[in-house]
Amino acid sequence: MKKHYLIVASLFLSVSSAFSQDAVTKGKELFGDLRARHIGPALMSGRITDIELHPTNDRVIFAGTAGGGVWKSSNGGATFNPIFDDYCQSIGAVEIDPSNPDNVIWVGTGETWTRNSVSVGDGLYKTVDGGTNWKKIGFEKSERIAGVQVNPKNPNEIYVAVLGPLWNDSEERGLYKTTDGGATWNKILYVNQKTGCSDLTLDPKDPNIVYASFWEFRRQPWSFSSGGESSALYKSTDGGKTFAKIHNGFPKGALGRLAIAVAPSNTNILYTVIESKEDKDKGLYRSDDAGASWKQLNNDFGIVVRPFYFSRIEVDPRNPDVVVKAGLLGSISRDGGKTFKNLGPNHSDVHDIVFDIKNSDRMFAATDGGIYRSWDGGTTLEMVENMPVCQFYHVSVDNEEPYNVYGGLQDNGCWFGPSQSPGGVEARDWKRVGVGDGYRVYAHPTKKLIYSEMQGAENVWRFDVAKDQAKTVQPLAGKGDPKLRFNWNAAMAISAHKPDRFYMGSQFVHRSEDMGETWVKISPDLTTNDPSKQNQEDSGGLSRDNSGAENHCTVFTIAESPLDENIVWAGTDDGNLQITKDGGKTWTNVVANVPGLPKNTLVYHIEASVFGKGNAYAVFTGYQTGDKNTYVYKTTDFGATWKSIVTPEIYGFARNIQEDYENENLLFLGTEFGLYITLNGGKNWYKFTNNMPAANVHFIELHKKTNDLVVATHGRGIIILDDISPLRQLTEENMNKDLHFFTMKPTSISESNGFGGGSTETQFVGENPSRAAKIMYYLKKRHTLGKMSLEIQDANGNKITELGPGKSKGINVVEWNYNTKPPKMAAAKTFAFGGFTSPRVPAGTYKVIIQKGKETYTNDLVVQYDPKSEVSLADRKAQEEATKKLFNMAEELAYMVYTLDEYIKISEEVKVANAQGKKIAEPFIKDLNGLKEKLVVTKGDNYVGAAEPQLREKMAELYAKVADSYYKPNQAELSNLEAIESRFTESKAEFKKIKDKNLPKITGFKSKDGALQPLILKTFEEFKREP
Amino acid sequence: MKRKLIFSVIAFASALMVQAQTADEIIAKYFENTGGIAKWKAVQGFKMSAKVNQGGMEIPLEIIQLKDGRQATKITFQGKDVMQGVYDGKTLWSHNFMNMKAEKSDAEATENFKKEIGEFPDPFLNYKEKGYKVELLGKETVDGTETFKIKLTKKPIKVDGVETDNVVFYYFDAENFVPLMSESEIKSGPAKGQIAQNKMSDYQDAGGLLVPFSMAQGVKGGGSQPLTITSVEVNPKVDDKLFTYPEGN
Repeated sequence: MKKHYLIVASLFLSVSSAFSQDAVTKGKELFGDLRARHIGPALMSGRITDIELHPTNDRVIFAGTAGGGVWKSSNGGATFNPIFDDYCQSIGAVEIDPSNPDNVIWVGTGETWTRNSVSVGDGLYKTVDGGTNWKKIGFEKSERIAGVQVNPKNPNEIYVAVLGPLWNDSEERGLYKTTDGGATWNKILYVNQKTGCSDLTLDPKDPNIVYASFWEFRRQPWSFSSGGESSALYKSTDGGKTFAKIHNGFPKGALGRLAIAVAPSNTNILYTVIESKEDKDKGLYRSDDAGASWKQLNNDFGIVVRPFYFSRIEVDPRNPDVVVKAGLLGSISRDGGKTFKNLGPNHSDVHDIVFDIKNSDRMFAATDGGIYRSWDGGTTLEMVENMPVCQFYHVSVDNEEPYNVYGGLQDNGCWFGPSQSPGGVEARDWKRVGVGDGYRVYAHPTKKLIYSEMQGAENVWRFDVAKDQAKTVQPLAGKGDPKLRFNWNAAMAISAHKPDRFYMGSQFVHRSEDMGETWVKISPDLTTNDPSKQNQEDSGGLSRDNSGAENHCTVFTIAESPLDENIVWAGTDDGNLQITKDGGKTWTNVVANVPGLPKNTLVYHIEASVFGKGNAYAVFTGYQTGDKNTYVYKTTDFGATWKSIVTPEIYGFARNIQEDYENENLLFLGTEFGLYITLNGGKNWYKFTNNMPAANVHFIELHKKTNDLVVATHGRGIIILDDISPLRQLTEENMNKDLHFFTMKPTSISESNGFGGGSTETQFVGENPSRAAKIMYYLKKRHTLGKMSLEIQDANGNKITELGPGKSKGINVVEWNYNTKPPKMAAAKTFAFGGFTSPRVPAGTYKVIIQKGKETYTNDLVVQYDPKSEVSLADRKAQEEATKKLFNMAEELAYMVYTLDEYIKISEEVKVANAQGKKIAEPFIKDLNGLKEKLVVTKGDNYVGAAEPQLREKMAELYAKVADSYYKPNQAELSNLEAIESRFTESKAEFKKIKDKNLPKITGFKSKDGALQPLILKTFEEFKREP
Repeated sequence: MKRKLIFSVIAFASALMVQAQTADEIIAKYFENTGGIAKWKAVQGFKMSAKVNQGGMEIPLEIIQLKDGRQATKITFQGKDVMQGVYDGKTLWSHNFMNMKAEKSDAEATENFKKEIGEFPDPFLNYKEKGYKVELLGKETVDGTETFKIKLTKKPIKVDGVETDNVVFYYFDAENFVPLMSESEIKSGPAKGQIAQNKMSDYQDAGGLLVPFSMAQGVKGGGSQPLTITSVEVNPKVDDKLFTYPEGN
């Protein structure tokens, strides 16, 4: 039974992972600071799988998620930050080492709530610095880790519960133990290839007492089975040397998923939840004698519902009779498990519930829609609003400006939202267009309509955005039709040729030419129609689970060629790859032509190419039969032959590919562990990791107008890589230059300046793209030694501004917000805030000059006005002239005040020299100060203690208004300008008068000791140059 | 002339490229390549003139750091000097931007600051005597460049009353052994929990030392703001009054 199992640390890097690490490093060397941005959303968040509390510091909380990695809160759960971005994002268990809780955390990857769409893990990880750095410790093939327990008295003694693969047999399953901190592991309990360790806990008072439950389970694409004779609950009292079943009081026969919890305040009290054959036997069982005997207490719906999805039990650390059970809504008992009530309203599907370490009223729940906090023992719950861990299945875009993104989410419906928004993409920017599990969503190509669907095409809506009306339009079985089989994630497509055309896939391809009002089947059953894969009614095992999620032998993907409307591809979940070249009259199954592909492998995506009618890419996904290989192929002859474009650099099975529309060799591939890019048609792949976590990528879309790559992740929301067009220029020749400037399209000055910003401090706000001009170049080597500078000049070579250049090896992006320098303002007691405004440059061609050591590199940058703007050129010139006028006036005033201050300074010296000096200096100083008080503020502060504004402040205020505006100055502004101008003219005259009257006396003054320091003034030019 | 010498030392060192094995060897190389340990030990103070570009506005800064812990940053806006992060040996203070009056930092920030006083001029110089610990974590790619990642553990600080580890990660260029980036977790404020990054480049000669003349600070995953240093004066003469907290202002 016991199997010795040794993992040698140094052998972890298998050959293939060395290649995949290479893709990461090479990607970092290539992409430099080209960076993705996250737009979330977080308003519906996503599935949380495990919550782990710090044992002594109640500010620190860790959360494992279904597809978004590990998140840490250090503020008591107000907000969380991701700390596991570079690694597998599907998390089974997070465990803090109780003896070094600030630093040592273990993460077992691979979610164990085994729904159909669950991802996979790739091993056990450890950090020794609180989550900043992580190291893989092994268990690569474990696929799912259900629990990690560290002996609180001996941190070298660790137990790991390997639940193991969901879709295939495996000897990796079982309970493992290390006694040397993870260097070597022993498998201390193994049942069989079908039965994994599903729950694990140590007795908190005696860590030699180990409880472990084992679960026999298996998923196939078309069915699920929970339970069997091998499922059991075990106990060891000798630190795992020997185990015995503790089933006294359990129902007889096959068992399903079992949970186990020990009451920390009385470790003789145990709770388990049992899945068994008979409904009457299911439910919560309690033992008061440390497992020697069990009594059934409750089998309410909330306790027994969907054991594969909800299993966990937690006991209040201070009260053994307060117990919570994860479930559809979450249940809490305050009478030792006899009766339960639901938790207060929160997102349904609760996977974990924990009690705070100090205060049982404070609780956290892990749901399909994020983490919820309670302050009153679970009655009222509020959501954590900064975790964009939502799980998109798909994404599409429209042609609006800015464009919108559309997609469906696991358990969170269908949504659309803007790719950018004033103040950032906020929760309120998103609009719901479907309920249930949302899958594919498309905008009608020309009308303000949206198609969206829920699971299994139960509803397909055509949503009228303007009217806020939804109409169902899915194909239904008509007379003579067989039952329509829709995938849980049912195929949908629109056409590049006919805007009203709409496709859906059941086992047939359905086509509508009127937006779903009328449907025509344009294919026979395209699947294998294997009856043995169509018994979903019997799915579930001990607990029947016919949700529809296992519907099989269905069309999974449809693609109409962008070059020919009669060419349509369809791929099925049972591995048929079909093509019609005559609009559906005849279909050919070409899957047999795909080399090296196992039979019946799910056709996840077909990308019909823009580079040839016969060109297409096909992505196959076999993980649901235990095959985790990557399958991506290209054809150029309508599927007659296929060539694999996979290299060992790619890590993870793939679901989606996107081709560039201009460079045939530029491709983007989404795998279960991130985003890959090739520049040479798939001969080499680079992993893109700049602000792109190793999340599973379900779909990729390239926005035609903006060249933005829009990535739908199943766990980290929507991630956008803005404008990938520079990647088209990454030729070998360019990459061999020391510095290569990318050719950029003319950049335009965006004129929108809305306010936005309605989110609170603890809400996630998606990042906007930069509106600045982008200066992009490739550096062969990082610049580290010596000086490097970047300057913008106008066409005549005048310096406009200096910017901090990027220094990375690879692509560098420097942003310029079209600003020149602000005016030099007069010195005063407080700031003239308007004076911090920099004027924008007019449209034109500018020069970018990079000085790197002795080398100079130059490139042109064409700036244009917002092409959407209605502002006329004459108006722009009026704005630019008024700005210039006020700018010059402000600087002239600054020089005048400087001169005045210098006069005061020298006069003060004269004043103290002798009585004569005093006599001539005093009236001068008085007059100068009198004038100065009208020129600039000489008292008050920068806030509500501000003094009455004077000439400088009025000038600056108007200057900022005019300079910031995109319009010509309005009448009020012009008349204000006139008033300021005349006041300035008067002040200048007054200054001249005072000066002419007094200055010669001062400069001519001689004391007994001879001449005083002469008056030396900087010239206006000198004055402006200094900071 | 001096600068040339330092560059050729680096060229020589990288030509040999003896694979550095330990954190101590990397740190030793770093000091060797940047002027030599004796020169570093002789440093009493730095005065740096720098600028940052904010929306087109070039903001001049003057940064002074002395071996005894005193420091000041002077920012000039519209001819007015604003002092930030000033320490006079007793009090850590800054000007409030609203009323331009000096305000003391909170007690915890001051205490945490004092713990790092002995760090000048470089945290790695005599790090053992300072009670710091270093650990080589391996190689990592920063800015497309191979680096050695070194974990520097300083004395613990207090964060909102709780004693917390004070760790900074340094990434030393594998070719010439100067740091290209440092990283640390932000412990308080709105970005709490995120990782602060500081990227160093444009290493140039300053009084015989090779120091970065460009530092780009930002948050991991976000953009950064480069600080360009225009001059570095080693062992400057400074007016003591500059640091003094103006009591009763």
